[in-house]
Amino acid sequence: MAEERELQQSEQQAGPNGSDAGRFMLGMENVSVRYGAVAALEHASLGIREGEVVAVMGPNGAGKSTVLKAIMGLAPVAEGQVYWRDAPLTTATHEIVKHGIAFVPQGRRLFTHLTIEENLEMGCPYLRDKTERRRRMDTVMELFPILHDKRKDLASQMSGGQQQMLALGRGLMANPEVLLLDEPTLGLAPNIVASVFFNVSRISEELGTMIMVVEHNIKGVLDIVDRCYILDTGRVVFEGTPDDVRSTHILTEVFLGKVQPMDGEEE
Amino acid sequence: MTTRTGESTEAGQRLGLVGRLKNGNIELWANLIVLALVIGFVFWRGSGFAITIGTVFAIWAILTVSLNLVVGYTGLLSVGHIGFFGIGAYSVAILTSTTDYSLLRTQSIPTHEWPFFAALPVGIVLAGAVALVVGVVFNRFRDDVFVLVSFGFAIISFNLFLNAGAITRGAFGIHEVARPNIVGRTLDGELEYLIMALACLAIVSLVAWAIVTSSFGRVLTAIREDEQAAAVFGYRVTHYKLAIWVISAMMAAMAGGLFSSWTSFIDPNSFILLESILLVSIVILGGLATIWGSLLGAMTFVLLEEGMRFLPFIPDVYVGQARQVALGVLLVVLMLFRPQGLMGRYKL
Repeated sequence: MAEERELQQSEQQAGPNGSDAGRFMLGMENVSVRYGAVAALEHASLGIREGEVVAVMGPNGAGKSTVLKAIMGLAPVAEGQVYWRDAPLTTATHEIVKHGIAFVPQGRRLFTHLTIEENLEMGCPYLRDKTERRRRMDTVMELFPILHDKRKDLASQMSGGQQQMLALGRGLMANPEVLLLDEPTLGLAPNIVASVFFNVSRISEELGTMIMVVEHNIKGVLDIVDRCYILDTGRVVFEGTPDDVRSTHILTEVFLGKVQPMDGEEE
Repeated sequence: MTTRTGESTEAGQRLGLVGRLKNGNIELWANLIVLALVIGFVFWRGSGFAITIGTVFAIWAILTVSLNLVVGYTGLLSVGHIGFFGIGAYSVAILTSTTDYSLLRTQSIPTHEWPFFAALPVGIVLAGAVALVVGVVFNRFRDDVFVLVSFGFAIISFNLFLNAGAITRGAFGIHEVARPNIVGRTLDGELEYLIMALACLAIVSLVAWAIVTSSFGRVLTAIREDEQAAAVFGYRVTHYKLAIWVISAMMAAMAGGLFSSWTSFIDPNSFILLESILLVSIVILGGLATIWGSLLGAMTFVLLEEGMRFLPFIPDVYVGQARQVALGVLLVVLMLFRPQGLMGRYKL
């Protein structure tokens, strides 16, 4: 167990916590986020490669959502840098969106006063070409036919699962290269959770979109991702494939508070 | 902060006029009652009175439509709108007044004698410029704090109108504000003025309608509901909020210009904070995020205001206070039983 942990730590020092974050299409290197005296993220280095689906997992307060917010310019980055295609990424959200990075926030955050069609249109603020907008909408509605059937309905009239589809669809309207999903299954019934994971998989396979997903539902998300990061108290404590996660006790240790910090001292 | 009210059901929409009335469609009832009151007033008090309340209605309606863009559609509860109304009014008054103030023993200001249609754009642009500067600062605030800073703006505006005597003549006010002149014909008649005021109202309402039905209006609705979510998708929400704030201020200034020209005299008492709160009340009365509701709210208010002076059991000296009490009671009743106002899409 100690050997495994040493291996994980050495991987992190050379990889995500090292200096080669540039190999990622989208990555962060040594990023710290602080809200006043509270450190939400501490020297975190992680990223996503071309064609990947990556999960960011960890207990409550581990800093998972902060990772996505830091990428989107929504969290105050005190140290470190976010990179996009080897170049430093701006912290202005409207510019980040133009780079092809879309964010589907936690809780779906739909505009319930707008129709489904209007919600989808809200997903592409910088697209003036109506034909292209129509084409993207068709693509989204092909992926989620229920959105086509209810396109004139208000978003508030949809079920939780349908709202999640709309949230994903709205994110896709920007035709993003990277889709950042924050807790997409939060508050959904178990049978709907499976369909959300299935849809995330489809988006990756059919549209070739890179996806970074922050998720609490570990069992479900491990089935659809290529790699995962585990965070604890704002630090990246593990990086590996789903099989790596399954073959260690890292999750148990993290969730039960027994994980060894990076300096090797027992907490 | 706010919630949207339920949409009419398809079944409800399929009902005819009588069916909807029988169904207790409050929106329809409100329209019919106000219309009946208007007709009743016209027959009771004569056409002259109708023309007067029509002009008052047009001016208040421009104000309520403009404020609804900010309060109703964007969710910024501003109680400082009267300041922009005052800027428009004073601009037109100062530039068009024909009085030679040097002959008066009170505060003297220069006489410019501009035509109305030259002065009105100046007032509108000035109000827009002030709104832009103020809006850059106000954009930092939201919700309750926004209400407070807009409150501050109303107080500052009033004090400027009152104390900048070298420009506004302070409490002495400005006399002989010019009436509009169209192709050599001065609109001295009340009916002519009413037609022009209604034309201005039509323009403002059309512009407001074009805004709220455009993609720009859709973003405003989204900002109202979830500003942070709109920002996440790349919308520069501060720009949108600033734009609608400036547009709304310019519309209010137009109403101000019409007001000063119509009354031909203005002083700071027309631009007190209470008027601003009254204005917000009318917007809430008519309903948030509805142009038609703003028109209906303004008409209800004008009928209430003018109608109460004819109630025999209220002594003349108390009519002013009684109006405010009646409006206050009406608002309390509405908040209790119909918080979305007469025609509103949202609850406050």
